[in-house]
Amino acid sequence: MVKFEIHDLNIWFDSTHALKQVNMEIQSNEILSVIGPSNSGKTTFLRTLNRLNDLNTSFKMTGAVELEREDIKRIDVEVLRRKIGMVFALPLPLPLSIFENVAYGIRMHGENKKKVLEDKVEEALQQAYLWEEVKDRLDESAFKLSGGQQQRLCIARTLAVGPEVILFDEPCSGLDPISTAKVEDAMIKLKQKYTIVLVTNNVKQAARVGDRTAFFLSGELIELDKTDKIFTTPQDKRTDGYIRGKFG
Amino acid sequence: MRKFKEFIIEKLIVICGLASIFFVALIFLFLLKEGLAVFNTVGPFKFLFGKSWYPISEPAQLGILPLILGSLLVTLGAAVISIPIGVGCAVYIAEIAPAKTKEILKAGIELLAAIPSVVLGFIGMITLVPLVKSIFHLPTGLTALSGSIMLAFMAMPTIVSIAEDALYSIPKTYKEGALALGATHWQTIWRVMLPAASSGILAAVMLGIGRVIGETMAVMMITGNAAVMPNNILVPVRTLTATIAAEMGEAVVGSEHYFALFAIGIVLFIISFAINVTADLFLHKRQQ
Repeated sequence: MVKFEIHDLNIWFDSTHALKQVNMEIQSNEILSVIGPSNSGKTTFLRTLNRLNDLNTSFKMTGAVELEREDIKRIDVEVLRRKIGMVFALPLPLPLSIFENVAYGIRMHGENKKKVLEDKVEEALQQAYLWEEVKDRLDESAFKLSGGQQQRLCIARTLAVGPEVILFDEPCSGLDPISTAKVEDAMIKLKQKYTIVLVTNNVKQAARVGDRTAFFLSGELIELDKTDKIFTTPQDKRTDGYIRGKFG
Repeated sequence: MRKFKEFIIEKLIVICGLASIFFVALIFLFLLKEGLAVFNTVGPFKFLFGKSWYPISEPAQLGILPLILGSLLVTLGAAVISIPIGVGCAVYIAEIAPAKTKEILKAGIELLAAIPSVVLGFIGMITLVPLVKSIFHLPTGLTALSGSIMLAFMAMPTIVSIAEDALYSIPKTYKEGALALGATHWQTIWRVMLPAASSGILAAVMLGIGRVIGETMAVMMITGNAAVMPNNILVPVRTLTATIAAEMGEAVVGSEHYFALFAIGIVLFIISFAINVTADLFLHKRQQ
C-alpha cells in the first residue's frame, strides 16, 4: 500500500532552491533510507513530511505531498504531526522522570487516567526495546540513561502518541556502535507496524536497515530503488560515487 | 622601556577593575558609619518595627515599619501588575509576533525604558491620580495603587527584554520536539518553552522588582507621602526611598534624624542586595 505520494515537490528557502522537482512514493511498512551529502536536501525533505518546515518564515513550497491520498496541507497540522512522529538527531529527554517523558505526549493530548497512562507507557517502552532496561526505575530522571537509551526513550515518546509513520533524522549520529545497533534493531522490528523514513549520513546504516534507499544530491532525487540494487548495481554514476565514498 | 610601559598599563587596568568594588565597599562603610549611630538612641528592633515615624517631634519617634510596608505594598502592587503583562509581552515578542511587529515592539519597549522617571511621575500625577480618585471615589488619588501602576510601567522594560532573551535562547530543538509530538503552539509555549526559560524569567522578574524598590522620584510624586501604617492599597503611603529624598535636605547634620535616614539607606541597600543576589542565582542556574 502506498503511504505517501509526492508530486513535483519544489522547496525554496528565500532564493535557495532546496528541493527540485521531487517525485516519489513511500510504501506502508517499509523502511525508506534517505542518503546524500550535507546540503543535499534530505533533512528538508523529511521535515516537509510533517510540516516542520512551516516554522521557517522563508519557506516556500510548490507541488503536493499526499498522506494516504489526502493532501497534508488539508490535514490539521497537530493531527498530522500525531500521525507522523519524528525522532531527532540528538536525544532530547525532558527534565522529567523516565515515565513522565513517555507520558508527556499522551497527557498533552488530554489523557489523564493513571491506568491508561501506565499501559500506554509500558507498551511504548516495549516497542522501543527499552522496557526491560528501565522497568524497575521508571521514576528516575531520564538524564541518568545512556545516550542510546535516551534515544530509544525518545522513540518510545514518539510511539506513545500513536503515530502511523516515524521519521528518523540521523538518529544515531551521536551514538556508539552498540547503541546504534540497538536503535537499528528497534527500527527493523517497528516496521511491522509503522512506516519508517530514515535520513542518515551513515551509508552503511542505510544498507543495513533500509528496504529501499533514496539518494539525494543538491536538492534532486537522483535515484530510488531497492537497497541491495542501489548498493550493488546503481543506475547513476553519481550514486555509485557517493556510496563508494568518492565525495560527500 | 617597553617593559616599563607594559607594567604601567597593566597596573592601570587593575586599578580600574578594582575601583568599582572599592567604591561599593566605601559607600557601604560610609552608610554603616553614619547609619549605625542611630542605634545609640533607638534599639534596632524598635527602629525596624516601630509603628510611628515622627522624626522631628520631641522626643523623636523613629519607627520605620510604615515606610517598609509602604515600599513593600507599592512593590507588590507593581509586581502583580507588571509580571503577567511583562511575561505575556515577552512571549508575544519571542514566539508569536511577525518580524515587523517584533521590531516595532522592541523599539517601543526600549523607548519606555528611556523615559526619565520624573517625567513618568509627572504624567502619572496629572492623568492617573485623578483617574484613581474618581474610579474609587477617594478623597485623594495619591495612593499606593497609583504608585504601583506607575512603577509597573518602569519594571516592564526590564522584565520584557530579559524574559524575551531567556525565551529566545532556548534551543530550537525543544520547540521542534514538542511540535513534532503534535502539540499545539500554545501547548508548546506553556508546557515546554516557559518551563525551560523559567530561571531566566525569574531573574527578569527579580531585576524588574529591584528597579521598582529603588525607584524614588515617581513614587514621591504620586503616592501621597503619608508615613502612616497602610491598611489597604487605596491609601497614601510613603516609601523608604521617598523618605530619604524628601527629608535629607532638612535634617540637621549629626542629629538623630540624620542618622536614621542613613539607617534607612542601609535597609534599602540590604533589600536590593538580596534581590540582586537572588536574580544572579537564577541567572547562573540558567547558564549551567
